[in-house]
Amino acid sequence: MSAAAADPHNLRQGHGHGPRGNAAGPDEHGHFDKRIITGYGFWIFLLSDIVMFSALFATYAVLAHATAGGPSGKQIFDLQNVALETGFLLLSSFACGMAAIASEQKNLLWTEIGLLITGLLGFAFLVLELREFADLIAHGNGPTRSAFLSAFFTLVGCHGLHVGCGLLWLGTMMAQIWAKGFRAETVRRLMCFNLFWHALDIIWVALFTIVYLLGAGQ
Amino acid sequence: MSDPHHQSDRAPGDEGEGQSGVAKGILGYGIGLVLAAGLTIVSFGVAAGYGWIYQPGIPVMLLVLAVAQMGVHLVFFLHITTGPDNTNNVLALAFGTLIVALIVIGSLWIMANLNHMNMSPGEMARHMGGF
Amino acid sequence: MLLGKLTWSAIPLHEPIPLITSIIVLAVVFAVLGIVTAKGWWPYLWREWITSVDHKRIGVMYCVMALVMLLRGFADALMMRSQQAVAFHGPGYLPPEHYDQIFSAHGTIMIFFVAMPFVIGLMNFAMPLQLGIRDVAFPTFNSVSFWLTASGALLVNLSLFIGEFARTGWLPYPPLSELRYSPGVGVDYYLWALQISGIGTLISGINLVTTVLKMRAPGMSYTRMPVFCWTTLAANLLIVAAFPILTATLAELLLDRYLGFHFFTNDGGGNMMMFMNLIWAWGHPEVYILILPAFGIFSEVISTFSGKPLFGYRSMIAATMAICVLSFMVWLHHFFTMGAGADVNAFFGIATMIIAVPTGVKIFNWMFTMYGGTVRFKTPMLWAIAFICTFVVGGMTGVLMAVPPADFVLHNSLFLVAHFHNVIIGGVLFGCFAGYEYWFPKAFGFTLDERLGKTAFWCWFVGFIVAFTPLYVVGLEGMTRRMQHYDVAEWHPWLIVAAVGAAIIALGIAFQVLQLIVSIRTRDQRRDVTGDPWDGRTLEWITPSPPPTFNFPVMPNVEGEEAYWGLKSKALQQQRLFDEPAYEKIEMPRNSPTGFFVAIVATFMGFALIWHIWWLAALEFACAYAVFVVFAWRDEHEYYVPAEEVARIDRARRAARQQSWFEGTSA
Repeated sequence: MSAAAADPHNLRQGHGHGPRGNAAGPDEHGHFDKRIITGYGFWIFLLSDIVMFSALFATYAVLAHATAGGPSGKQIFDLQNVALETGFLLLSSFACGMAAIASEQKNLLWTEIGLLITGLLGFAFLVLELREFADLIAHGNGPTRSAFLSAFFTLVGCHGLHVGCGLLWLGTMMAQIWAKGFRAETVRRLMCFNLFWHALDIIWVALFTIVYLLGAGQ
Repeated sequence: MSDPHHQSDRAPGDEGEGQSGVAKGILGYGIGLVLAAGLTIVSFGVAAGYGWIYQPGIPVMLLVLAVAQMGVHLVFFLHITTGPDNTNNVLALAFGTLIVALIVIGSLWIMANLNHMNMSPGEMARHMGGF
Repeated sequence: MLLGKLTWSAIPLHEPIPLITSIIVLAVVFAVLGIVTAKGWWPYLWREWITSVDHKRIGVMYCVMALVMLLRGFADALMMRSQQAVAFHGPGYLPPEHYDQIFSAHGTIMIFFVAMPFVIGLMNFAMPLQLGIRDVAFPTFNSVSFWLTASGALLVNLSLFIGEFARTGWLPYPPLSELRYSPGVGVDYYLWALQISGIGTLISGINLVTTVLKMRAPGMSYTRMPVFCWTTLAANLLIVAAFPILTATLAELLLDRYLGFHFFTNDGGGNMMMFMNLIWAWGHPEVYILILPAFGIFSEVISTFSGKPLFGYRSMIAATMAICVLSFMVWLHHFFTMGAGADVNAFFGIATMIIAVPTGVKIFNWMFTMYGGTVRFKTPMLWAIAFICTFVVGGMTGVLMAVPPADFVLHNSLFLVAHFHNVIIGGVLFGCFAGYEYWFPKAFGFTLDERLGKTAFWCWFVGFIVAFTPLYVVGLEGMTRRMQHYDVAEWHPWLIVAAVGAAIIALGIAFQVLQLIVSIRTRDQRRDVTGDPWDGRTLEWITPSPPPTFNFPVMPNVEGEEAYWGLKSKALQQQRLFDEPAYEKIEMPRNSPTGFFVAIVATFMGFALIWHIWWLAALEFACAYAVFVVFAWRDEHEYYVPAEEVARIDRARRAARQQSWFEGTSA
């Protein structure tokens, strides 16, 4: 006595009372749109990631003045370096968007070029960040110096770790697109990467404002 | 998204018109890039402006600029809009934002209160010395 | 150097209790592995369970893990109760350093490896069936989630044989958990086990949220979803929002311990109160992650066994979502006494009292559902009614402690311990047991023995009251928690009573094991041929028991609340089944060993990090990347169940329905 009794096309019209009744419904073969599902799942993941960052931000904000006799943000932040990092990351985000447009057109070459530029700019960002870290540690201002520096290294480093993992993911995906072309699942992953990369940029906006710009003024 | 029944929903990051032209897509990202870059430059400018901008206003300005820039990223890069096909995406974002706000504001309030209530005598003297 | 901190001294050769336990556990494990090998079950296990991405199989595996870990956690409980029963004016039989590990392991295991897997398993099993769909949003990730949780559980149990477990309580408060005061590997075991299983839980949360919001049968709008699906949604939203905080907090403690950071240390400007703040910002939502699915189960059970639709369906949804948001505004009530001012304490105290309101709404809804109904006292219903009684007591003592001045008296006392056991056993665990009895026939195709089930229930219920009521009393008399021995004569008789209660609960567990064994042996007489043994109201009961991999041959068309009840009533009214649908081939996800391999990598990586075996950690990181690439590179994700196969399975189901409804015995 399956409900399914109704013929599939009736079934489609039989429901959906109310404007959103159909929002999560399958097609007539009982399949759901994987692009929407994957995208939404990844979106939820990104939100959870942002919640994790919010815990790190809260820790940083609480410990920002706990310098334990060590340097404060004003003494160690180099805003020029930060501006450069910001520029790299923003352009990287833009390049990633270009790659997404190229992939919608199924243009292999431009997609790969766009992704390559995305990756190179991301790598440049990472190099600058690591140079800043190395510099701080070399001057005795490593994360073990004070609670403030612990929180600073963790917050900024966690963002950097995300960029690093993103680069690993990006490289793998580029190889896969090169080897296998635009498959449905690869295109979905590309969409997820795009979301990931833009989200990292949003976190960086919060980061350079709260950590560097506000910190440099105090 | 070929099935018309699915127009009522959209994946985050997808643009509404699907494959409608490269030029439009690039234009969208371009506008986003220009706005984001502009806001960034203003932010750094404001931060460098210690000394000639009204001091207590600087943190507020920086935070407003940051929120604006996040909005630009969300709209032009992540294509989160207020359209009906985006309801679920926006609701999830709203929930996430609420949680972030609760954690950050709650933590700061609680920790400031704890620090205030548990000052060491030395801190207390310094604190009182300000009056 | 090659083995990091790991030496022979890590094996507890000179401590009789851990050593004997280790030997027994290892003997059991090897016996099980031996039987599986001797019977040649490995190919079957590998094909049908270990690599399965079927949400029903994964749900069952979660529940099996929870039940096994319940035995471990309960063994710890028995040791604690017996220690406190004898340790009056004396040392008892457990040395302090061992006793401290036991109460830490008990809490950690019961929350993270019993309650969590149990509710996640039941959500995994029942929610897609209730929504009328064929699997969750990300089937392979579902398997990864399970295996990561299993990996965490394995690491916690490994600490019994190699090294030690944390002595810090189930939440490792700094500075005690910092390297200076806990130099051993115990806290590291705790931290890595929880990080690994926490990632699994997070993935599971994302998966189930996406499933509820994006995949439902045609016509299954939000206001037609069974309440269990709503509570699943709320609980998983809380997982998604709360578990990242846990990850961040534990990561900060790990950085303190491994790299000398100063988040929570006494020196260097660290602030240990930030740990309390963050861990409870996770910890309080966690309580609702556990209890909300249980609320959902009770809603289903009470409605089914009262023969009535749930009273106040919409108010139930509103209450669930209100709890979902409010649970993020009360966390400070876990540390009222740790120095906050009156303003902060008052705010969080009032917020805590407010959250009791939606819970109260639910209690009344359940009682009104039973009112005027034809209540059938089957075992699941007994658990549900017992829950209402015990949970009201637990909730009331909770509201009592939400008053900050009262909390100053009760904080860290056994009164608190009694309170949270009252809500977690009386709420979460009773809910899981109700769900276990309720959905068991759906999962395995035969019912559990009612008589033994009821005996087990009464042992649990009576044992629970006998074990925990005395703890309220000694708590009011000033006994603090986690005492290895004591000298107050007034406490002693109560603690003996509590130990007796624990023994009665042990009897209940024994009856549950017996019930399972007897039911399996007599399964041929207790087959559920119709797929609807309880006269159910939601869509899982439309499927045969056990359901085929694809759950539904054709997606059900939902036309109102209680989708299945509507269809069933119509069919019974018309005295005929609906016409046979046109069967089509069905696309299903392929099995994948990804989850299993991820778990192996995670276990070795966790072990390497705990013991500072850096080369192994690096190697495992490379392996993790390799697993990721292999998974990303695979070509075939799906296979098709042919239309003939679908037709064959569904025709058998229809024949059984025809038989039971219109030709023979009543449904």
